Amino acid sequence: MMSYTLIILVLPVLMFIFLGLCGGKMKPAVAGIFGTLGLTLVAVLSYITAVTYFFSVGKVGGVYHTITPFNFEWLRITENLHIDLGIMLDPISVMMLVVISTVSLMVHIYSLGYMNGEKGFQRYYALLSLFSFSMLGLVVATNIFQMYIFWELVGVSSYSLIGFYYTKPSAVAASKKAFIVTRFADLFFLIGILVISFYSKTFSFASLTSPTGSILGQHIGATFMGVSVISWAMMLIFIGGAGKSAMMPFHIWLPDAMEGPTPVSALIHAATMVVAGVFLVARMFPLYYFGAPVVLNIIAYIGAITALFAAIVACTQTDIKRVLAFSTISQIAYMITALGVSGYGGEAGLGYMASMFHLFTHAFFKALLFLGAGSIIHAVHSNEMDTMGGLRKYMPITHITFLIACLSISGIPPFSGFFSKDEIMVAAFNKDIILFGCLYLCAGLTAFYMFRLYYRIFWGENNKQYEHKPHESPVNMTIPLIVLATLTVVTGFVPFSQYVSSDFIPFHTHIEWSVASLSILIAVIGIAIATIMYRKENSLPEKVALSASGFYTAACHKFYFDEIWIFITKKIIFNCISKPIAWFDRHVVDGFMNLLSSSTNFVSRKIKVVQSGDIQDYVWVFFMGALVMVVSLIFFWWSSLPC
Amino acid sequence: MPESADFIYKVEFNKQQIMNNIPLIAYLTVSAVMFFAGIYGFLSRRNMLTILMSLELMLNAADLNFAVFNKYLYPGQSEGAFFTLFAIGVSAAETAIAIAIIINIYRNLKNIYVDEVNKMKF
Amino acid sequence: MAGQIIFYVLAIVIIVFSILSVTSRRILRAATYLLFVLIATAGLYLLLHYQFLAAVQIGVYAGGIMVLYIFSILLTSHAGDKTKRVSWKRLLPAGFAAIVGFLICGHIILHNVYKIAEIVPVNTDMKKVGLALMGTDKYQYLLPFEAISVLLLACIIGGILIARKR
Repeated sequence: MMSYTLIILVLPVLMFIFLGLCGGKMKPAVAGIFGTLGLTLVAVLSYITAVTYFFSVGKVGGVYHTITPFNFEWLRITENLHIDLGIMLDPISVMMLVVISTVSLMVHIYSLGYMNGEKGFQRYYALLSLFSFSMLGLVVATNIFQMYIFWELVGVSSYSLIGFYYTKPSAVAASKKAFIVTRFADLFFLIGILVISFYSKTFSFASLTSPTGSILGQHIGATFMGVSVISWAMMLIFIGGAGKSAMMPFHIWLPDAMEGPTPVSALIHAATMVVAGVFLVARMFPLYYFGAPVVLNIIAYIGAITALFAAIVACTQTDIKRVLAFSTISQIAYMITALGVSGYGGEAGLGYMASMFHLFTHAFFKALLFLGAGSIIHAVHSNEMDTMGGLRKYMPITHITFLIACLSISGIPPFSGFFSKDEIMVAAFNKDIILFGCLYLCAGLTAFYMFRLYYRIFWGENNKQYEHKPHESPVNMTIPLIVLATLTVVTGFVPFSQYVSSDFIPFHTHIEWSVASLSILIAVIGIAIATIMYRKENSLPEKVALSASGFYTAACHKFYFDEIWIFITKKIIFNCISKPIAWFDRHVVDGFMNLLSSSTNFVSRKIKVVQSGDIQDYVWVFFMGALVMVVSLIFFWWSSLPC
Repeated sequence: MPESADFIYKVEFNKQQIMNNIPLIAYLTVSAVMFFAGIYGFLSRRNMLTILMSLELMLNAADLNFAVFNKYLYPGQSEGAFFTLFAIGVSAAETAIAIAIIINIYRNLKNIYVDEVNKMKF
Repeated sequence: MAGQIIFYVLAIVIIVFSILSVTSRRILRAATYLLFVLIATAGLYLLLHYQFLAAVQIGVYAGGIMVLYIFSILLTSHAGDKTKRVSWKRLLPAGFAAIVGFLICGHIILHNVYKIAEIVPVNTDMKKVGLALMGTDKYQYLLPFEAISVLLLACIIGGILIARKR
């Protein structure tokens, strides 16, 4: 049943191959149309899948069952261990299907306008389709190894798309950085996969996370260095997810990834790829909760610290895309923290549900923010906030949609961000007051820097001179903005807990107005401060920056994380590990081979003198040989005969 | 091999008419000296023709050996003599060809020193 | 008695002239010494009552081959000049090989061949030789005869081909 879901996966990869091979031969507009049509079909099918799953077939006896329409064995390693490829539908994967296909469709339509006239238009659409395929495959993976395969595919697509403008050295460096950092984290992911599959003898999610499955049912007691093996495995897997989701300290690639085209940032680095880590933890949540609760605690703290840190840095950035990048890091940290404080089952699983809800809403308003930023950049031809101001007169649609997204991310009702953030705050409040405090402060900072961004772009001056008057973007760029803005307004009212929950049993949630009013309060305070400082141009920001100058400079330089990483890699890893290994390889391994060849040469040079070309030498040897044979035969063989 | 050695040593010598008192060893010594003089000449000469001449010496010594052994050990048979005959014929043929080759070399190199013809080396 | 004297004369001629032939520095003299050696060998064949063999030796070896050598020598070098001295680096191994070989040979001869043999004066009939050369019974040599004639033919053709003027 529901085997049409196979088309959701196969169509984008076919489109990638088609556009990749034949794209150069068709006009750019045609390639764009093909890509967009493919994604439209995928989006429609995803909606049908969602409707069918949630309303027709999914709920059996009050529980949403996992449906596996498609699963075939790809590689058999041993009797029990085999890598399958398949499609698994359960609430979170269906929700992710909807999110990914919607945002991808919006980005496809938007790129028709934004990337118009760019070199490599067809390549862009091919890569977008490849990315869609990889991300869709990641969320419907039936086993962890398939997820890993698509994980790496997503990394490759991201690398290709960040480095899309491959003639720019900064873009190439950014794409390399993204790939290397995520790949480094994926090493730990792989080790985690191997550890967990070694002990549980299976890769598939169904058996890993089922309560009677091999891990949870048997309480495997193996330990390593005093910590249980499951905790090690889950920690390693989380590190892999942290790399992809830009948690501290692996966040360094995300701000640089803004070198890619803005629609790419919207799709990959705001809405879909960076939430892969969150999705991974959510997918393996029963294992985390029952098998490694300590790790879950660590995850929550890492999330909270990252959220706060990213929010502080975002307050000081001047490139609008960088602000949005740090905002993304901060919001994903929210989701991770929500997972970290979550329990399991029903009301206790509020954090899980809140995390997924926030993922859902965040995808839409963050994509909206990025696409709006793209619209602004398209009009002003620059990324820096200093070159903008007073754009509300020239770009009304962008202005309104951007405002809606800012209100949503700040957590102002009735927009969707308020509902999802509120649930996260409630979950944190119930679990740990320190975490709640971190998230609370971060919420205020979020409101502050988002409205700082808003005011600097759209208000601020009265007589800003532009070289040429900025104009509103074309229709194919504004339609996605309007659609996403509508979604941002509407999705807050979706009763999410009816569909997604930690044990797949729907439950009821209600707004706890005590916590909700606190969060609205801090958001309003943040907006107010931003309004005072940035609505009209004044010198207040400089005064504040000067008064905390050391801290301000550190925040401006993103707390020197890049420098620390470069120091670690260049001075420590290169010098202490790579150089000796390289020396060994060059001198011992290669040297051994060279020694073999040079000794052969030496011996042959010494021996070849025998072939002197001189006949008399040959005859001499011949004759002496004959003599020796005669002597040996006669004296040692015939000596027994009478003389 | 031990069998044929026995064969040589077990040949009976009947009482025969004494013709000459030249021992077999004398003939063999002569042919040995001729042979090893040929060896020495082959290994030490520079001119290709002199090398060929030393070769003739060696062949001649071997022919003499055949004839002498035939006469002394198998007086009634004449295989040795005929072998010598054919050996002389073969040696003549081989000398002719060798000299033809040497003439060719002389045409190309303008001399016939054997150390100039050493291209088939390393 | 006479036979012995003739043998020793011929033996001394052979020994002396063969050594002279291989050590002489003038080529034509070496060729001449070789000629003497060949004629003396023919004499030895006569002493052994191998008249046909002696004739063939004189006719083919001394008369044919040596003439060929003399022609070639005159064609390829200035016959009167002395050749260059050969370096002792080449003489040493040659002498060593020759002497060692001679010693080994001498040892074998001395230890194994000791009889004073008596020769039967078998009169080898020319008719018998001819019949043997042409006969096909056992101990008759038609096949080698024909083989050698083919060999000689091949030799003639080969020699002309190799040495022809281009």
